[in-house]
Amino acid sequence: MTNPALETRALRKTFGGLVATDTVDFRLEAGARHALIGPNGAGKTTFVNLLSGALQPTSGSIHLEGRDITAWPASKRARAGLSRTFQINQLFAGLTPLQSVVLTLAQAEETGGGSAGLMDLFRSAGSNGARIEEAAAILENLHLGACLDKEIATLAYGQQRLIEIAIALAAKPRVLLLDEPAAGISQEERELILGVIGALPSAMAIVLIEHDMDLVFRFARSITVLVNGAVLTTGSVAEISADERVRKVYLGEGEHA
Amino acid sequence: MRGPARFRSMQTGWRWYEIVFWAAAFAMLVLAPSRLLLLNEIAIFALLALSLDLILGFAGIVSLGHAAFFGVGAYTAGLLAKHFSEHALLGDPTIGLGIAALTAAIIGFASSFLVLRGSDLTRLMVTLGVALIVQEIANRLDWITGGADGLQGVLPRPVLGAFEFDLYGRTAATYSLVVLFIAFVVARQVVHAPFGLGLKAIRDNRLRAEAIGIPVNRRLIAIYTLAAALAGMAGALLAQTTQFASLDMLDFQRSAEALLMLVIGGAGNLFGGLLGAIVFAIAHDVLKGITAQYWQFWLGLSLIILVLFARGGLTGLLRLLYRRVRPEAAP
Repeated sequence: MTNPALETRALRKTFGGLVATDTVDFRLEAGARHALIGPNGAGKTTFVNLLSGALQPTSGSIHLEGRDITAWPASKRARAGLSRTFQINQLFAGLTPLQSVVLTLAQAEETGGGSAGLMDLFRSAGSNGARIEEAAAILENLHLGACLDKEIATLAYGQQRLIEIAIALAAKPRVLLLDEPAAGISQEERELILGVIGALPSAMAIVLIEHDMDLVFRFARSITVLVNGAVLTTGSVAEISADERVRKVYLGEGEHA
Repeated sequence: MRGPARFRSMQTGWRWYEIVFWAAAFAMLVLAPSRLLLLNEIAIFALLALSLDLILGFAGIVSLGHAAFFGVGAYTAGLLAKHFSEHALLGDPTIGLGIAALTAAIIGFASSFLVLRGSDLTRLMVTLGVALIVQEIANRLDWITGGADGLQGVLPRPVLGAFEFDLYGRTAATYSLVVLFIAFVVARQVVHAPFGLGLKAIRDNRLRAEAIGIPVNRRLIAIYTLAAALAGMAGALLAQTTQFASLDMLDFQRSAEALLMLVIGGAGNLFGGLLGAIVFAIAHDVLKGITAQYWQFWLGLSLIILVLFARGGLTGLLRLLYRRVRPEAAP
């Protein structure tokens, strides 16, 4: 039996009296295309923050490819192959998109090789031509070719949203968590994102947190519904869309995305 | 030039203005033989400001206590020159410089753990507190440091056993400038490498820096330690070239001046500290000649104008100017 790419066991997070994540058992297989949905305030982002290490759980455990990573800091989880985007842009405002992605690629490579990686850390970032080309390719793939060396702070919101994804991809993850990647962007950019994540390696396990059901149904093969911090149900797209309870708590809520 | 090609040239090659700057700096040794003592002083302050830029401009750690490392370096080098003036190896200024750097680095490493977390205000107070403690220790250990009277009898041997310190500051200025240049090359390598990009990433967004796998604390400890070592070297240079070390080298005012130079020059590009030190020292020199008592008035006024209207400092202004002339090529 192989280990799941990512797994939580009885994961729980409370803020004072509020239970944000309520005893969640979650299992993500390698190569999964999974969506995490739920009404506002269901605890989706809290759950992602627990997975990525931005928050520490109150109890329970998290396992990445069989290893218990519950006590690991976020940076160590990232080096182990867990990458994420943020619902609210978290970018390096003073860097350019190219610098951000080159840095992330360098960081991902450094993780691979001991002292050679340490040496590389102090070699001029401009001396590794292949890496720069790779970074440019990642950005061009997201139609960011025209702003490679502009300061990120000066770019439009939609472009920043795409850089958010470019950085997450540059980490070369085996597990990718996308927290509402398409929030607040144009239809055109939305299609672009869907195309890019659709073309990712099939071995990569991807979790998409999203409000837009159209996007969810086009991307996901399986869905978990979160309500009040707890898992309401998990199943295939067909099962979820046929589930009465899901309709009641979520789908019937309207087209607010 | 755009995209990958531009990136490559910006992150590796020496830019024309860097070459011009350093050529001019070394030319001063020949062109201004009567101002070598001022040049020496500028080089030393520039090194201090450069070291502060590494932690403030790149890693985003504000400090009001950088003089702690400067002073530790000064006393270390001063004590070595005083007690080993007969010793060919331990008495040599370059060895003293190295040991001073190491000592300052150890203090920097030990205190770096205090600045890993917390807001800017916390860091300001912690760095200030560390500097005050170090200064008070130096004051109390007066049988070693000379206390309030300063460390007397610092008699450095010739640099590398060959270059005697002279009255005109020729050896001093050359020695300090060479050390500054070497430190600049090291700092330049560090900030142009992925390590330096990582520091800027931490400065801009710690949460994301962690999310892409950067071991944030380890990086901050490393750069804080390096900056302390460079500041210690600056202090060592001052003690060796002026043959004196005193408590005011550890003073709050020294830390504040370093910060001032960096703000004047502009933080986060290595040249800001150098330009700031030049302007600061020359303004000090010129204004003191005109109005001995009121030079700080003009300093204060220009500082206020600078931070209100040109937040990038002098290097920010230069960059703006350059952009206007050549919109496409601007760095």
